[in-house]
Amino acid sequence: MSLSKSLHLLGPRFGVLPLSHADAERRIDDPLRRAGLAALAAALVLLPFVANAYIVYMACLVAITVISVVGLNILTGYTGLLSIGHAAFNGVGAFACGVAATRWGFPFWLAIPFGGLVAAAAGILVGLPSLRIKGLYLAIATLAAQFIFLFVVQHWESVTGGDRGLQMPSPDLGFTRLDSDFKLYWLIVPVAVAMCFFASNLFRTRIGRAFVAVRERDYSAEVLGIDLLRTKLTSFALASFYAGIAGALMAYFFRVVNPEQYGFGASIFQLTAVIVGGLGSVLGSILGSLFMVAVPELLKEAVVFVAGADATKSAVFLASARELVFGVLIVGFLLLEPFGLAEVVRRVRARLAVWPFRS
Amino acid sequence: MNLFIEYSLVGLASGGMYALIALGFVLVFKATGVFNFAQGELMMVGAYVYLAVTQLLGAHWAFGLLATVVVGFALGALVERAVLRPLAGQPTLAIVMATVGLGLILKGTAGLIFGPDQRQLAELLPRKPVFLGDILIPGGVFWTFVVSVSIVSACLAYFRFTRGGVAMRAAASSQANAYAVGINVPMISAATWGLAASTGALAGVLLAALNSLTPHLGDLALAVLAVLIVGGLDSLAGVIVGGLVIGWLQAMTGAYLGGSWREVMPYIVVLLVLLVRPHGLFGRKEIERI
Amino acid sequence: MSLLEVHDVSLAFGGVKALTDVSIDVQPGTVTAVIGPNGAGKTSLYNVISGFYRPQKGSVRFDGADVTAVKPNRRAGMGMARTFQNIALFRGLTVLENIKLGAHHYLRTGLLSAAWYVGRAAREEAELRREIEERIVDLLHLADWRDAPVSALSYGLQKRVELARALAMRPRLLMLDEPVAGMNREEKEDMSRYILDVREQWDVTVLLIEHDIGMVMDLSDRIHVLNFGCKLASGSPAEVAADPAVIEAYIGEQR
Repeated sequence: MSLSKSLHLLGPRFGVLPLSHADAERRIDDPLRRAGLAALAAALVLLPFVANAYIVYMACLVAITVISVVGLNILTGYTGLLSIGHAAFNGVGAFACGVAATRWGFPFWLAIPFGGLVAAAAGILVGLPSLRIKGLYLAIATLAAQFIFLFVVQHWESVTGGDRGLQMPSPDLGFTRLDSDFKLYWLIVPVAVAMCFFASNLFRTRIGRAFVAVRERDYSAEVLGIDLLRTKLTSFALASFYAGIAGALMAYFFRVVNPEQYGFGASIFQLTAVIVGGLGSVLGSILGSLFMVAVPELLKEAVVFVAGADATKSAVFLASARELVFGVLIVGFLLLEPFGLAEVVRRVRARLAVWPFRS
Repeated sequence: MNLFIEYSLVGLASGGMYALIALGFVLVFKATGVFNFAQGELMMVGAYVYLAVTQLLGAHWAFGLLATVVVGFALGALVERAVLRPLAGQPTLAIVMATVGLGLILKGTAGLIFGPDQRQLAELLPRKPVFLGDILIPGGVFWTFVVSVSIVSACLAYFRFTRGGVAMRAAASSQANAYAVGINVPMISAATWGLAASTGALAGVLLAALNSLTPHLGDLALAVLAVLIVGGLDSLAGVIVGGLVIGWLQAMTGAYLGGSWREVMPYIVVLLVLLVRPHGLFGRKEIERI
Repeated sequence: MSLLEVHDVSLAFGGVKALTDVSIDVQPGTVTAVIGPNGAGKTSLYNVISGFYRPQKGSVRFDGADVTAVKPNRRAGMGMARTFQNIALFRGLTVLENIKLGAHHYLRTGLLSAAWYVGRAAREEAELRREIEERIVDLLHLADWRDAPVSALSYGLQKRVELARALAMRPRLLMLDEPVAGMNREEKEDMSRYILDVREQWDVTVLLIEHDIGMVMDLSDRIHVLNFGCKLASGSPAEVAADPAVIEAYIGEQR
């Protein structure tokens, strides 16, 4: 293959000339991108067969986190509505799904969307004041909503099981039950892939553009005909729907719905993933989730290495070490790489596009 | 009826503590427009410094307090220079998360150094119950109220009557104009954070003396959210009003509705107030120029 | 019949009277200018026409219908497009994405078809792209900057992109707020030419706030003069230039 041809393959969009307006709108129009996506799909399909149980477990966890973080990114990254209570919507979805599955006998393929829709409704409710309450005050309101949610869960024992939580059945496919991580992988990962696909599509259309417009300058958006309240509510609903689906999947994955998992700490965890990965980027949400799930695991290894295998001592050590590392990550990324990992990827690609020349 | 008055007074007294905690938030917000999610952790650091100086070094409590104030001030100024200043002008999310991250760093470090066990501070304020007529108020609560209100009033006076205080208010109101009249704005910002951190540190010592000290002391600061929304994020006088109101409301809900209602009540107040007045009861509405 | 009619509008903020009994009209197919010294109330007038401020007195009629109380975001659908004095582009988006936003009010893609993209949304986006490329990008010479983030553009280019975005709204009335403020001579001439090209090729009525008197005299068919929130004069450029009240406001009393 000649040098020029192989250079053509190296760079994204390098030497690609769209021949029609429809082609210009396409995203996956060069062979390298197509090959890359195919390879990724193949890797995702092969993974549960070649990896050990721990990796499969982690992969499911990452996939669930990705769904929720993409939702949060839609709300906070694209639309600029700061929400510190996102984990509460995970919880709403999880409990709605749990109640539907345990009390009303919904099959999983109904219970999960049900969880998403109930969470979306909650999101619209929380978002209703967002026209009047802005910026920091909205963030504070979402924080208050988060704590009120936890209170409601604790006290509505008839529905939520109070502090004990709900026990979940395994999803039933008729011919088999999804009762192992390996089997659940085939539910969770395709759902995650689909939801990422939908989200990134949104931002090629007027819906996604409207979100960004509302974030930047709302009077300018209004002049363009964008209905502010409707757009903000759509953003809340969408983000909460994603969070609810993630929550419902969590319910089946952990086999129990427990209010502890849906508190302030979890909300901060997801916000950190958004920042680390990159605001306003679906790829960023994926990278951020990967990073945030991987870090505690790596940390666990490191702590055991340093403190020795003494379980109790290292557990205590671990919690504080985790807080410290998360804090350093947040501040570090904000100061050094404010646009997140997605921006790092973008820079690498831009350099590759003109390699061996410098950009 | 007597019980009602007793609960009310206890509530008002704890409101004093809330006011002191809220003071730190208001100082920072007023001067730099930042909501400092790490304020609780600054309190916790203050308490640990006091612990270290009095218990581990065996020094007199006055030295403990001095160390607390000095270290608090230094930490606050350091945070402002190293983290907040480089982030100036960034969107709210970045600043909020930066303070959250700082809080986590402080909490994690304290946990690693001191461990998660509860520690008791040596008795700082007289524990003897105070009698107002027939009503009994626990000594700790009463004296904390007195100390808190004194500190808050001192700050109010400082802002109103001294050059430094007026300079801080000027810098808060308009940085550009403050620069124009020769005010050293960066130094004022650092000093304001230092002041907020040291009052926070003192509040932390008082709080830890009332209860006990763990790295999670800072979590209590979030309950002050209601005080801030009621009193206004940028109003020093509002801090006292808000503190008293929330303190009283909490005591009442605790007395008549029970423990968990008491915990959630501030957040319900926050939501209700924001729904009616999106900028808080005493906050100022910003008019955007189109 | 006038396309736009502002009738006896008074607007006050607390004690400050921004506009007092101001009436202007804009005839279809013309270029009408609103001029006046700083603080005369020109942008306040625009904000009333756009619906951001409700006047205490008076009315705004667009194409015969009373729109005084209509919400700002409904006016795009009626055919009103507007640019802002301080550029109101969306910095997180590219030039093309900003322009595409102009079409928001008439596009039909909903949440579900957008999520799926293939099919309805893809067709609509391709069609939109075609229209923008053929009618706007070439006209305003923006081809080289399609995919650039707007924050990377010079001030003059940004103003051009704002004009492009306003055009993408398929407007009947194009309201420009100081389109050449802050530009050098060359940029001003380019922009004037673009405005004239737009008027020719797009069959749109132009309302213009501007300080550059020379440009206003050259471009406009009709001029309204404001001062201290009141209307001083209306008429053709020649009439307004000769009006003694106008001369006094700008230059001072005749000696």
